[in-house]
Amino acid sequence: MIVIGVAGPSHRLRAVTVSSTNASHRAVGPASDGPITSAATGRSADAGGEFVSLAGISKSYGGTNALQSVDLSIRRASIHAILGENGAGKSTLIKVLTGVVRPDAGSVTVDGEELAVRSPATAAAAGIACVFQELSLVPDLSVADNIFLAHGTGPLGFIDRRRQRKAAEALLRELGSEVRPTDIVRSLTLSEAQLVEIAKALAKRPRLLILDEATSALGEQQVGRLFQILRRLRDEGVSILYITHRMHEVDTLCDTCSVFRNGRHVETFVQGTRSPDAVVELMLGRSVSQIYPPKPAPAVGPPLLEVSGLTWDGRIDKVSFVVRPGEIYGIGGLDGHGQQETLLALFGVLRNVTGEVRFDGRPVQIGSPGRAKGRALGIALVPEDRKSEGLHLPLTIANNLTLSVLNRLTRFGVINGGRQRRLVDELMKRLQIKASTPKAPVSSLSGGNQQKVVLAKWLACDPRLILLCDPTRGIDVGTKAEIYGLLRRLADEGAAIVLHTTDYDELIGLCDRVGIFYGGTILRELTGDDINERNILRASFALADDAPIAEGVH
Amino acid sequence: MVAAEIAPERRRRSPLSLPPGAWRLALPLVVLAILFGVLIAIHPRGLAVASMTPWANQAVTLAFVAVGQFFVVVTRGLDLSIGAVLALSNALASELVSGTPLEIAVGVVAVLAVGCLCGAINGVAVVFGRIQPIVATLATGAIYTGLALIVRPTPGGDVDEALSDLLTYETFGFFPTSLILLFAVVYLVWWPLSRTVLGRSLYAIGSNESAAFMSGLNPKRARLLAHVLAGFFAACGGLFLAFQTLSGDASVGFSYTLNSIAAVVIGGASLAGGVGTVIGVIAGAYLLRTISTIMIFTGLPPMAQPLFEGLVLLAAVSVGAIEMITSRNKLKVLR
Repeated sequence: MIVIGVAGPSHRLRAVTVSSTNASHRAVGPASDGPITSAATGRSADAGGEFVSLAGISKSYGGTNALQSVDLSIRRASIHAILGENGAGKSTLIKVLTGVVRPDAGSVTVDGEELAVRSPATAAAAGIACVFQELSLVPDLSVADNIFLAHGTGPLGFIDRRRQRKAAEALLRELGSEVRPTDIVRSLTLSEAQLVEIAKALAKRPRLLILDEATSALGEQQVGRLFQILRRLRDEGVSILYITHRMHEVDTLCDTCSVFRNGRHVETFVQGTRSPDAVVELMLGRSVSQIYPPKPAPAVGPPLLEVSGLTWDGRIDKVSFVVRPGEIYGIGGLDGHGQQETLLALFGVLRNVTGEVRFDGRPVQIGSPGRAKGRALGIALVPEDRKSEGLHLPLTIANNLTLSVLNRLTRFGVINGGRQRRLVDELMKRLQIKASTPKAPVSSLSGGNQQKVVLAKWLACDPRLILLCDPTRGIDVGTKAEIYGLLRRLADEGAAIVLHTTDYDELIGLCDRVGIFYGGTILRELTGDDINERNILRASFALADDAPIAEGVH
Repeated sequence: MVAAEIAPERRRRSPLSLPPGAWRLALPLVVLAILFGVLIAIHPRGLAVASMTPWANQAVTLAFVAVGQFFVVVTRGLDLSIGAVLALSNALASELVSGTPLEIAVGVVAVLAVGCLCGAINGVAVVFGRIQPIVATLATGAIYTGLALIVRPTPGGDVDEALSDLLTYETFGFFPTSLILLFAVVYLVWWPLSRTVLGRSLYAIGSNESAAFMSGLNPKRARLLAHVLAGFFAACGGLFLAFQTLSGDASVGFSYTLNSIAAVVIGGASLAGGVGTVIGVIAGAYLLRTISTIMIFTGLPPMAQPLFEGLVLLAAVSVGAIEMITSRNKLKVLR
C-alpha cells in the first residue's frame, strides 16, 4: 500500500481520489482540519453498484457450521444492516471479511477482483476496516498510537508523532470524544474506548467499513454524531456493514437489511419493507409474541433499599432513591453521568462513599463486595464488562457458576463434588444455558450464553437485591427476551432489581420506575406511562419539558 | 456545543501524580541519581576520572544485555539464553578479535552476527516452533553455553589491546568512552526502529497480541525481531566484556541472565509486556551495579550482596503497587 500522508497540506489530501484501477493509492488518515472523508470520494458515479460480493462462503469450527455457503452482495454508497441472533454467523462473516479467519470454501470479490484475504493486513490493504465489538485496542499504548497502530504517518512507513497526534485529535473531535491523543488506552472507560476504536477504523479511510455492535457502550448523543458521519461516508460512496441488535438503529440508519440465521443468509430486503415483528421472526425462525413480560401492578410495602445523599469523588452527587421488593428500578441517562458508579458504590467497590444506605429499614455500611453479597445483605452485581469483571474465561462453566457460592458447597474447606454438580445442573436448566457440557470453558460459549452464566452465578446466592449493569449488551433478541422474563420472575419472587441500561427500549418495556441520571445525580424519576422515549430523552439532556430536542439525537 | 456542556467531568488527577506511566521512567532515574551521589560521597577519590570510568565500564555489559532482554520482555516473553549468548560472544571475541585491523573488524562483525543468529534461532523456535519463550530459551541457552565451552574450555584468549584501551578509557580525557559506545549503539539501533510501525508492534503485541493482529500488525515478525535484537545486544555485551577483561570466559553467562531480568524490572518495564523504556532499563542496570559498588566501599561483606540486591528488586516491584494503593475504585486495583 502506498502511503500518501496524513496531515500534510489539506488541499492535497482532499484531492486524493481512487479510481477502480488504482485502488492501492489510498491515504491513511484524515486531513487535520477537514471533516472525516473517505478514500472513495469521487466514485459516486457508480454508486449503488456492487462493491463486495461473497460467493459460497463456508466455515466450520470443529463440528459446528458457523457459515454455510453464504452469498452476499454489498453495494457501494449503502448502509447495510446484518441482523441475526448470536450464533447466527455474523461474527464469523466479519472475521472472514477482515481476514481474521480463512473460509473453508467460497470466494470474496472486492471491486471485481477476487481477494485472497490471508490476514487483517491484506484486508486493510483492500480497503476493508472494522470496528470490532471486542475492541482491537492495545491497552498500554496511547490513543494516537492505537488509531494509527499499523500505519506509519510519515515517509517510508516511519511514524511522525506530531502528525499522528494532530490527525487523531481531529478524528476524535469529529466524533465528539473528549479523549486526548496522548491518553493511555488502559485508562479509558468502555465508551471512550469504543469511540477510539471507531476513530481507528475511520482513520484507515476504508471503502468498506464494518461496525460490529459499535454503539453498544455509547450514549445517544455520541450515537447521533456517529450516524451523521456514517451517512456522510455513505454519500461519498463508502459501503458500510452495520451489525447491531438495536432495531431502532436499523430503522434510522440503514437502507438494506440482511438476516442471518444458523450460519445461513436467510433474506435480504430493502429497509422499511418488513415490519419489526416480521424481522424478528426471520431472525428467530419462529414468532415472538412479546419480548417484554407484562408489568405487574405497582409494588407496595416497605422498601428494601433506601439510598439517600449517596456521594463519591465528584462523580456521584447526592443520589437518592428507593427500591421495593418485586420492583425493577431502571437507571438511565447519557453515558458517564454516575450510573455505573452508583451501582459500584452499592456493591461496596468504591472507597470513601458518603451518604446513607438503608437496607430493610436498617442503616448499613457496604464496605466490600464480600459484605455486599453476604447473608446479611444479599446483594448481587452483574457487572458491565462480563469478560473482565463477570467471568473467568478459561475456567469451566461449572467452576464459574459456583465461584460466588463456594463457601456453601464446602465441608471443612473441601468442595463437595455432588452438591456442586446438582447446583450447576439446576442453574443451567433454570437459565437454559446452551452448552455441550458444564466442563467446557466459558470462553467457548456465545455472548448470550456467557451473560446467562454471569446471571446464574449470582442467582446461586439467592440475592435479595440484584444490581445489573447493561446485562443485554451485545446479546441477541431471543436471549434478551429470556433474560427479561427471568428478571421479571425474580422480581415476582420478591427480589428487588436495579437495572442500569443504555437501551431506552429496556427502560420503557421492562422497568416499573426509572431514574434518569444527569451530572451524577438522579434528575428525574419516571413512573407508569411517563416512562417514554420523549421524557427519557428530555431528562437525559436536562431539558425543560417544552424545550425542543436537538436534531441528530436519535 | 451541547457535548461540552453535558460532558461529565473527566477523571481528575491529584496534583502530585505524574502523567500515567511516567513514574516508571522517573523512579529508576531518580534513585540512580541518589545512589550516584552516595557513591561519590563515600568513594575515596570522589568525583574524578579515576572513579567515574570504572563506574561507567562495569555496568556497560549488563546494560547491553538488559536492553536486549527488554526487547523480549516488552513482547511478553523472557530470554533465559541471553547470558549464554553473552558467554558465547565473549568466548568467540577472545578468538577472533585480534590481529590486523581488518581481522579485528571482521572478528567484531562475526561476533555480532553470531549473536543475531542465536537470537534468530530463539525467535524461530518461539514463533514457528510455537514453544513458550521461557522453555525455548532455556533449551537453546544450554546449547549456546555448550558451544561457548567448546570455543573456550578455559578462560583466556587474546583481545586487541589498542581497541580495548580506546573503548574502556575516556574521550576528551574525562568522559567514559564506554558510555558513549553504549548510547551510540542503542541510539543507532532503537531510535529509528522505535519510529516505525515494526518497532511499535513490539509494544503492541506485548500489550494485547490479538488486538495487534486484528489491527493488521504482524506478531510473528515482531517477535522474531525482538529475539534477534536480544541476541545482538547480548553479543555487544559479550564483546565489551572481552575488551574489558582482554580475555574470554565461557562461564560468565548465568548471572547476567538473572541480572538482566532484574535490571529490566527495576528499569520500569513490566514482565506482563507492553510497558517500559530503553533508558529506564539502562538506568536499572546502572542502579544494580552502583549498589554493588557502594556495598564494596561501605565494607559490607560480599556475601551479603545478594541479600541487598534482592531487597532492591523487591522494592522496585512493590513500587508498581503505588498506583493501586492510591486508586479509589477497587476494581482498578484488580486489573
